[in-house]
Amino acid sequence: MNELVFFINNVIIAGSVTGSIYAIGAIGVTLIFSIMRFAHFAHADMMTFGAFMVLLLTTLFPAAGTSIGVPTALVMLPLAMLLTAALAVGIDKAFYKPLRAHGVKPIVLVIGSLGVTLMLQGLIRLFSGTGGQSLYVDDRKEIFRLALPFEGARAPIVITEPQLYLFVITLVAVVALHVFLNRSRLGKAMRAMSDNPELAQASGINTNTIVAVTWVIAGGLAAIAGTLLSLDVTFKPDLSFFLLLPIFAAAIVGGVGHPYGAIAGGFVVGFAETLAVFNWNVLLRPFRDSLPTWLELPSNLAFVGTEYKIVVPFFILVAILVWRPTGLFKGKVIQ
Amino acid sequence: MSLPMSSTTPLLEARDVHGGYGGMNILNGVNMTLHANEVGVIVGPNGAGKSTMLKAVFGLLNVTQGEILLNGQPIHNLPPNKLVERGMGFVPQEKNVFPSLTVKENLEMGAYLKPQNVKRMLEQVYAFFPPLVEKRHQPAGELSGGQRQMVAMGRALMAEPSLLLLDEPTAGLSPLYMNEIFDRVKQINAAGVGILMVEQNAKQALAIADKGFVLAAGQNRFTDTGAALLADPDVAKSFLGG
Repeated sequence: MNELVFFINNVIIAGSVTGSIYAIGAIGVTLIFSIMRFAHFAHADMMTFGAFMVLLLTTLFPAAGTSIGVPTALVMLPLAMLLTAALAVGIDKAFYKPLRAHGVKPIVLVIGSLGVTLMLQGLIRLFSGTGGQSLYVDDRKEIFRLALPFEGARAPIVITEPQLYLFVITLVAVVALHVFLNRSRLGKAMRAMSDNPELAQASGINTNTIVAVTWVIAGGLAAIAGTLLSLDVTFKPDLSFFLLLPIFAAAIVGGVGHPYGAIAGGFVVGFAETLAVFNWNVLLRPFRDSLPTWLELPSNLAFVGTEYKIVVPFFILVAILVWRPTGLFKGKVIQ
Repeated sequence: MSLPMSSTTPLLEARDVHGGYGGMNILNGVNMTLHANEVGVIVGPNGAGKSTMLKAVFGLLNVTQGEILLNGQPIHNLPPNKLVERGMGFVPQEKNVFPSLTVKENLEMGAYLKPQNVKRMLEQVYAFFPPLVEKRHQPAGELSGGQRQMVAMGRALMAEPSLLLLDEPTAGLSPLYMNEIFDRVKQINAAGVGILMVEQNAKQALAIADKGFVLAAGQNRFTDTGAALLADPDVAKSFLGG
């Protein structure tokens, strides 16, 4: 029974946490690709930027949340989303729009976004310092231990407050995005532009507006993902280093340009990571007596060591692309 | 002496239009006059600039010389979305639907600038193209070529245009569907929408044309009524395959 609890804590909960963060990040990547047709490498740094805005605001007003009983960082999240959305629109105006106006190839925009990534990372580092910082400035991270009502289950299921918020916010964001894309006039226009930009223009859709809306949504979602990740662990200026590859893997695995694919891809990559580093020895331990005596179980039976976690998304990416080149959902092909 | 704007002001007028892509001129002085109650058809050999002229009218091409007037107002080099606001509708030859959007969503996009009209226009378009009714919740990318053309035309009609531009609406369709589309074009025109279309099926298209423009090398070669062009032995010999 304790082994099952261990599995729930280390795979189900941990995988859902990572999966949710990757999913929200990947939605942004996939939306930007479907509207502007380029891989936006600065996306992970927009996530860091969002988290950094929350850190700044929380440091300025550390007690803002205590009166209503939620972490201050969460109270600051909407404001940080707005700031990150503004940053995204600003970056587009300053760097990507002039390039688009020249009719450059997508690869030029990709390289441009690499430049933006370095610039953003440098700027954040300049103000935040290089070390990690907790987003819990004045308040304390609640940890819930749920004891299971079974005999022999001594270890509790452990879930933290930010993880619960993460699940709720992810669900709300995904449902809101679904409603927006399928019910609203602007959302449908966004899908139309993703399908066929020339025809969208010929229908009177102002493509500049759609581009701006895409950046607002992608920026807002990036702030959510970055903040919730930083709440779960800590804020670091180089968070993007650990996020960039997984969220691109998630977007591609799901099928580029496909928001639901990005969600599925996020969870596939998230769970693959946690399953790969999970120590399977723990689950086999109860059956130790029934195993042949010559079979000595190694104490660590994980596929890869935790330090190699970052290679897992890469492996998944290659495997999916070999097996299904357009991703799980039928996506576009990146040129 | 200035003439008052009267009913004789043409819906569309092109005067000595020059233009092309990237410095290379494809149009070398095209002239056109079309009234609201007319169907205009542009025919000519490959590379004559037929589709290019249509794109020039719809602002998809840089007009370097000459002018294009819609209801007497200059419109050349306005972006397409401004032209849609002024009552122009355009149906491209290829990629003329949003494949992942449903038929209904495709049509809704046509009325993007007039959201208050969506419901009324949907009913009209469904009445006009009955096969679309049962397909309305299906992605347009899954439809047959003829049905797709209906979606494409329906999308353009949703904006209630005064001038509809069609780029080879019958390309790749069976003769049965071709006649169906030409019938629809005449009906749309009868409802008060001026039509300018480019056609490869020149004989059939000229048969329904009030005005025919035979282009060659980016210039007007013959301009007359459709019937007169069909009867002209020179036109027949050089452009209609004898």
